[in-house]
Amino acid sequence: MNLPELGFEAAKPAFEDANLTSNDIDFLSVGTAGGWYEEFLPAVVVSEYLGLSGKGLVRCEAACASGSAAVATASNMITSGHADIAMAVGIEKMTEIDVLTAVELIGRAGYYTWEFHNFGMTFPGYYALSATQHMKKFGTTEQQLAEVAVKNHKYGSMNPNAHLQNVIKVDDVLSSRMVAWPLKLYDCCPMSDGAAALILASEEKAKSLTDSPIWIESIGISSDTANVSKRSEYTSLRASVIASEKAFKKANVGPDQIDVADVHDCFTIAELLAYEDLGFCKKGEAGKMIDEGQTEIGGKIPVNVDGGLKAKGHPIGATGVSMIVGLTRQLRHQGGKTQAPIKHGIALAHNVGGTGHYCYVTVLRS
Amino acid sequence: MALTPPVRRLKSRPVTFIFELPTEKLTEFWDGLEKGKVYASKCKKCGQITFPPAADCSGCFNSGPEWVDIQGEGEIETFTHIVIRPASFQSHPTYTVAVVKMNTGVKVLAWLTGAKLSDVKVGAKVKLAAVQSEEGPSYGFTLIE
Repeated sequence: MNLPELGFEAAKPAFEDANLTSNDIDFLSVGTAGGWYEEFLPAVVVSEYLGLSGKGLVRCEAACASGSAAVATASNMITSGHADIAMAVGIEKMTEIDVLTAVELIGRAGYYTWEFHNFGMTFPGYYALSATQHMKKFGTTEQQLAEVAVKNHKYGSMNPNAHLQNVIKVDDVLSSRMVAWPLKLYDCCPMSDGAAALILASEEKAKSLTDSPIWIESIGISSDTANVSKRSEYTSLRASVIASEKAFKKANVGPDQIDVADVHDCFTIAELLAYEDLGFCKKGEAGKMIDEGQTEIGGKIPVNVDGGLKAKGHPIGATGVSMIVGLTRQLRHQGGKTQAPIKHGIALAHNVGGTGHYCYVTVLRS
Repeated sequence: MALTPPVRRLKSRPVTFIFELPTEKLTEFWDGLEKGKVYASKCKKCGQITFPPAADCSGCFNSGPEWVDIQGEGEIETFTHIVIRPASFQSHPTYTVAVVKMNTGVKVLAWLTGAKLSDVKVGAKVKLAAVQSEEGPSYGFTLIE
């Protein structure tokens, strides 16, 4: 399946769900990192294939948060009055090149000049820097990292759209091959092809289209240095802290009111960092939180019940849109086997770009 | 069980990129590495020290910095051993990357070489120095015994 065909596969069910056609769309934003597949202007190719030529169009890049940037852009087009109905498509094809070239291109996304050219940093390597310091400072263990993978594979096995649907055990993670110490193969998300699509509408339009709209309450956006050596520490992503503070403040909610969350678990340590950065637990207690099963369905706050990036897959640009798709289903009580209890009607998506270069936190309400 | 026929794939036309990175605004830095110096930039107006160096100060937007050699001792803040290496690093064996806080306060990310992996620990003392290699000028750490 090529790029526009993949976009079609995601867009068609979005149109069917909303009972709309291409004619109804005023604006399309396409989130994709790109560079590892053949098309240089992917948004235009996808737009043409969906019959949207002539409509407003932009391609959004915020590294692994490109999908969230596309959702934010589509949302802003509506709230600013430029569109009544907008579509956001997140898309990536990561498997048309060989794996080590993909490792190369992602590694270059740290900071080519200062961290790749002479030092060959990789993304597992960057997140390993966080794992090493978290383990040293808070006593977090490789076993606790593995528990994140076990949880997310468990939920991935119940998601028919997940890339990895195999149930795994802690020992499978611990005995998998080393990638960047202390992170092993099963601590890492796979390289995936994938797409996701959303249709957003103004308040007035949404009320005429459905009796059960899901609202974007707030989007908090932040960023950090390209050079990781310029950051003060590695047990936290500053962009996550700032973006979530902005999102919580604007939505006037706190972490205790979140019924279900998708957090950016590109590596197992990243999910633990997110628990702390988003305020799901105190600093240094993420290992305890996963040990106690507090982020499983039935726990304090279910996290990544769609399998997360770890098992669902992380087709870079698709991820942010896919998070909103999954959480929308949760808030509509369409979660099937992995439906979380919905008490407050509030869900949160946390999407990190790069090594914490970007962060988008989106709060949804039913 | 029937075998699935192979999927036809079109091979794209190949392309090779080699970017030529301009260095003229950081001539002192790159020349310095060849002379055994590791320079940070220091803003002549506000005094901000920047590493990796920058020709223009992000604090006060003044241009044309002075240069301070940051070689010396520091302590490992965090590190990793990179086992799965990118395509262009396949000729290197597993390498160790450390982030080090220098005694002067500047932080540096670079390779730590010549150490037994089990000796590399958060808090270990290291020394920063300019490094010459076949691949061009660089800088790196060694453990202090």
